[in-house]
Amino acid sequence: MESAENAENAEVLVKPPTLTASDRLAAKKRFRTQRRLSTMKNKVLRNAQWATLKKEKRKVKKEGQKQRKKEAEALGDKAPPKQIPRTIENTREADITTVDRDDEEVTFDITHDEYESYFSKTYVPKILITSSDNPHSKTIHFIRELTKIFPSSECQWRKRSSVKKMIQSAKEKDYTDVVVINEDRRVPNGMLVSHLPDGPTAYFKISNVKLTKDMKYKNIIKEFTTHRPEVILNNFQTRLGQAVSRMLASLFHYDPQFKGRRAVTFHNQRDYIFFRHHRYEFKSQKRAALRELGPRFTLRLKWLQKGTFDTIEGDYEWIIAGKRHEMETSRRRFFL
Amino acid sequence: MENDDIVWSIINKSFCSYKVNTKTQRFCRNEYNLTGLCNRSACPLANSQYATVREEDGNCFLYMKTVERSGFPRNMWEKVKLSKSLEKALRQINEYLVYWPGFTRQKCKQRLLKISQYLIRMRKLRLRRQKKLVPIQRKQDRRERRREEKALVAARLDSAIEKELLERLKRGTYGDIYNFPQVAFNKALEEEEDAEVNMEGDDYGEDEENEGEEPDEDIDEELEKELEEESENEEIEYVEADSDLERELESESDLEDIEPKASNSVKDNTRRKPRLEIEYETETLSKNPKRTV
Repeated sequence: MESAENAENAEVLVKPPTLTASDRLAAKKRFRTQRRLSTMKNKVLRNAQWATLKKEKRKVKKEGQKQRKKEAEALGDKAPPKQIPRTIENTREADITTVDRDDEEVTFDITHDEYESYFSKTYVPKILITSSDNPHSKTIHFIRELTKIFPSSECQWRKRSSVKKMIQSAKEKDYTDVVVINEDRRVPNGMLVSHLPDGPTAYFKISNVKLTKDMKYKNIIKEFTTHRPEVILNNFQTRLGQAVSRMLASLFHYDPQFKGRRAVTFHNQRDYIFFRHHRYEFKSQKRAALRELGPRFTLRLKWLQKGTFDTIEGDYEWIIAGKRHEMETSRRRFFL
Repeated sequence: MENDDIVWSIINKSFCSYKVNTKTQRFCRNEYNLTGLCNRSACPLANSQYATVREEDGNCFLYMKTVERSGFPRNMWEKVKLSKSLEKALRQINEYLVYWPGFTRQKCKQRLLKISQYLIRMRKLRLRRQKKLVPIQRKQDRRERRREEKALVAARLDSAIEKELLERLKRGTYGDIYNFPQVAFNKALEEEEDAEVNMEGDDYGEDEENEGEEPDEDIDEELEKELEEESENEEIEYVEADSDLERELESESDLEDIEPKASNSVKDNTRRKPRLEIEYETETLSKNPKRTV
């Protein structure tokens, strides 16, 4: 029965194994010990029991795996297709706003947003990077590295100006984007990206910042060239994700210099955007060697606003600050 | 007036609920207290004639208490709103407390001054950008951190990036920068293969296809390993055909000259003689003593 189903539906998720009578008895016993565990007050004994229980479970699992492998080999071509493990990505709640590449309307909408002019290569981005007042050393280093990563970016100190005023003066000086790194407890913890001529503004929470000098390889700074990197945007599935990815992409020059072999990646996984900066080399048709340079950090979108920065009267496209209970309804629901 | 001393003797010596004792001083927590300290002259309970200045929502008020009203606790305190400008307010105090003891007048004016100063400061701060302190919810923070770790593991970044780069290479976004002739070469060869497969028998066709699918490995070690494995399987075949020795020696010399593109040259050889080349490959690269004979 199981194999018939498998044959029909290739992408079947793991089903519980068929149990014999002895298996069932063993399972019952395990269940009972597990229930009994919660009543044991002695932590040492309880942990020991738990360890033995886990061992048994693992043993059973391994045996099952072996069996299945044997059966598959024995059957050869007629073997049932390999079971696919259930992951959070397979069982993700389907989002209405998932972008379907084939849908013309959707792609039209996406391509004709505020970043249309960037993607039609009419301008070169010019970025102003700044921080909050009195940045500490880590933040300062981080900002310096960002200036090396974003081509044509400049760093200026805040000097107690408000964001709105900054945006005004940046517009006058022909900047196309403003990036403000917020600091808390001596460590960068937030990034505000604002696209200038009335563009969208997004606020990300930064975590796990690792600077170039903390990387494994020494003297990596020497490998930083000024070639324009190419941007890789992975796994942005919904409309919101597309908006965010376009925003991040527009911070870089539209025309990368492939000779420099620099790649900057924004990889979205479960609403966490991982930033990496690599130098790559194609060893062959099917292998590429990566060498990580530059900082790495994780971003998490906190809100996205239609116009430039205006927290009070702005038009929020997406915000999660006060609406956690509405939005985080399930563990399988992601927004990007 | 008579009660004052009695009240004070009781409050001072035994217990007053507004009194706060610290190491150096005694404070009075009564909201109407003028100086905030617990003194005979500053205690609002022990003085039937008393005045204070208090602030409410940015407005300063003068509170006065007289002997005549000491019997009516509800109406004891008279509340007068003072002007917002400091000068006028001071004059108002002078006017209302005209025949009052100097201590009370002085202290009221001082208090008014202090209050107006801190009100100015508050107004200035309100106009500047305030840092919004957002409390960290510990559970949320812990949860987010844990989920980030798990997402990182699930992301398998290196392989994802590699895949994407290779895809771009295939698509041709890099143009002519990377000279992998393999691409066009392979395609041409595959076309040839298909044609040949149709003409020849199945066995050899299969071998060729396998050849085509073999990944190009420029790294010698891995090539050697793979080929060693194959040689073990195919040794038997070779023993049967003796006349291949000569050709084998020729191809060996070829391989020694060309290093990095070893696999490429090998493929060249195979293309000319599809049927037998495979065996040559394996034999030449594996270290089998039989061959030296």
